[in-house]
Amino acid sequence: MEKGHTATYDEVQKIHPLYFNIVKKRYWWFAISLVVIIPGIISLFMQGLNVGIDFKGGSMIDVNFIKPVTQAAITDTMKSVGLEGPVQLSNGNTSALIRTEALQEDKRNEFMTALQTKVGEYDKTTLKEDKVGPAMGQELTRNAFYALIIAMGLMIAYITIRFQFVFAISGIVALLHDVLVVVGLFSLFQWEINAPFVAAVLTIFGYSINDTVVIFDRIRENEAKMKRGESYEDMVDKSVWQTMRRSVNTVVTVLIALFSVFILGGESTRIFSLAMLIGVFSGAYSSIFNASQILVEIKTRMKKKPRKGRKPIRA
Amino acid sequence: MRRGNILKLVTLVLLVAAAVALSIKPLVDPVKGIPLGLDLRGGVHLVLQAEPNKNGAPITKDDIDKAKAIISNRVNDLGVSEPIVQADYDKKRVVIDLAGVTDPDKAVDILKTTAKLTFRDPQGNVMLQGNDLKDAKGGQGENGGYVVNLTFSSDGGKKFADLTTKLIGQRLGVYLDDKLLTNPTVNVPILNGQAEITGYDTLDAAAKDAVLMRSGSLPVSMSIAEKRQVGASLGVDSLHRSMQAGLYGLIFIFIFMLVFYHLPGVVADFSLIVYALIVLWIFWMFRVVLTLPGFAGFILSIGMAVDFNIIIYERVKEEIRAGKSLRAGVESGFSRAFVTVIDAHVTTFIAAMTLYTFGTGSIKGFAMTLGIGIIASLFTAITFTRLVLRLTVGINPKMKTTWFGVRREV
Repeated sequence: MEKGHTATYDEVQKIHPLYFNIVKKRYWWFAISLVVIIPGIISLFMQGLNVGIDFKGGSMIDVNFIKPVTQAAITDTMKSVGLEGPVQLSNGNTSALIRTEALQEDKRNEFMTALQTKVGEYDKTTLKEDKVGPAMGQELTRNAFYALIIAMGLMIAYITIRFQFVFAISGIVALLHDVLVVVGLFSLFQWEINAPFVAAVLTIFGYSINDTVVIFDRIRENEAKMKRGESYEDMVDKSVWQTMRRSVNTVVTVLIALFSVFILGGESTRIFSLAMLIGVFSGAYSSIFNASQILVEIKTRMKKKPRKGRKPIRA
Repeated sequence: MRRGNILKLVTLVLLVAAAVALSIKPLVDPVKGIPLGLDLRGGVHLVLQAEPNKNGAPITKDDIDKAKAIISNRVNDLGVSEPIVQADYDKKRVVIDLAGVTDPDKAVDILKTTAKLTFRDPQGNVMLQGNDLKDAKGGQGENGGYVVNLTFSSDGGKKFADLTTKLIGQRLGVYLDDKLLTNPTVNVPILNGQAEITGYDTLDAAAKDAVLMRSGSLPVSMSIAEKRQVGASLGVDSLHRSMQAGLYGLIFIFIFMLVFYHLPGVVADFSLIVYALIVLWIFWMFRVVLTLPGFAGFILSIGMAVDFNIIIYERVKEEIRAGKSLRAGVESGFSRAFVTVIDAHVTTFIAAMTLYTFGTGSIKGFAMTLGIGIIASLFTAITFTRLVLRLTVGINPKMKTTWFGVRREV
């Protein structure tokens, strides 16, 4: 087999018309991430997340009435059977989203009959109803947390075996970045979260690392070929640019898929696809601008630490 | 060589086209096709939680098994295709999925009822429990109205004969749980093991109680821990929307790949079709129930399956730029990209697996489609994409590299 020479740093720079040193400017990228993440974290502490019934338990009934109805009529009917909770009308006041405590079946039947007689006829074939007992909600949160921790542990193990521990740590930090961006934004805008949101966050967790690993793979390959005197920073910069087209194009195809679900998929998958859209975008950003840069940061600091010296030298 | 390759490629295209044409019908068949979840066709999802016994006795695995069996019987009486009834022994639950059930309210009512049939004397003491029934049927009564006809087992028939002998001239209360169904006066002992419970207004009501009596009573009382109910036409609407989203997503990804990767883009689009077919047939084969999140997962996986092609093509481009011939570039690009792809997808697969292990309900469905998608895209890339790419490159060794999206720089 014939052998060509692998691209040099200069050649890689020339191929990309928009080239700039992506590793040197790393503090800028970190700053941009922090600008997005910090308000989210503050919001998480101040107002928390707007959790739906999947987490806190309760009943949610989505009814489509034949004729327009009023909010007061529904609220009054709820009161008449001893219930309370927010009611949202939409669709020319024919659709009502009613939230209340987790209803026992008897109570629920009493309420549905009352709706029929006091508020108006509704369409049974478009009725959507969710009831989640409080215990189930706690389970969901707990399981999601376990899943996150275990997935994280397994990923660290896998990346450490296939790469190095430093890579694993950099990758996981970038991942946590993405989770924080999504959760933070959902808290900031108080978008209601549900069970599919958890799936979205965990998928982002799995997907974003995919992007990062592809870049790490290139760094691993280039690192092995590094010559004496070449700087680690430049090698990483080269690797990031060598995989740039792939990073961008892949994220575009995934975003295309997600956008079509977001726009055409209907109400039921909207929260899921919104979380995924934000997460995939953030994942692409953190893979290109954060993960390898964190790696460089750790590696250069490790090197700068003198072996015997007691005083650490500040960079 | 050249003619042979073109022939092989044309045959492949025709084969795939035929596979697509032949697959549509069996895959979307309402009965034997890919099973749709209740959120795509209407239905109800119930999680029944066994309540702790009042006397403090622990709930055993046996209790849950019995409850599951009884609930399964009742479910079968509802006439739902492919119902799912699962027992969760750790949490002492029975999980029920009824997709396509016509009257979800009635179904919920039937499933959660303990349905303990008892015969009581006028003082309210339980004299006989309805565990010894052989059959119960709803029907029309002789004197108008509707009835449930009970047939006791031979053992039960004897007990019932004893009871009616003892209670002659007195009232016999027939209760289902704590509801008094009927309270007739016993005129003559009933020795033939047949009894009739009268007083139903509709055949439906009689039939419903007959189902409960026939299936027997739950060994523990159950409460509804979770219920998700979707109206039938809402489900159909979701299905249409999802399919539309999938279709448009696919079309735009097709266009994107063509614009950016030219000839290999065609190969990628072709591989995507094969990929989608494989995934759908896996769903079909393993009866994976397709839910709304599952559908979203599938569409997402299409976006991710392209990733394979992108990694490979970018690598091939690099190899060509590094001075390799097209064919050598494809070969070495493929083997290099393969390492990358494995590492990248194992990590995503780890996430899908943990999601499947810890997730509940709809999350599990999503994780399943994602996991299947990853494996199927690996498989498609190694077998199909590589073959087609080799054949394409083999057509003409002097094929222009611009067809592969490589601009001739320098």
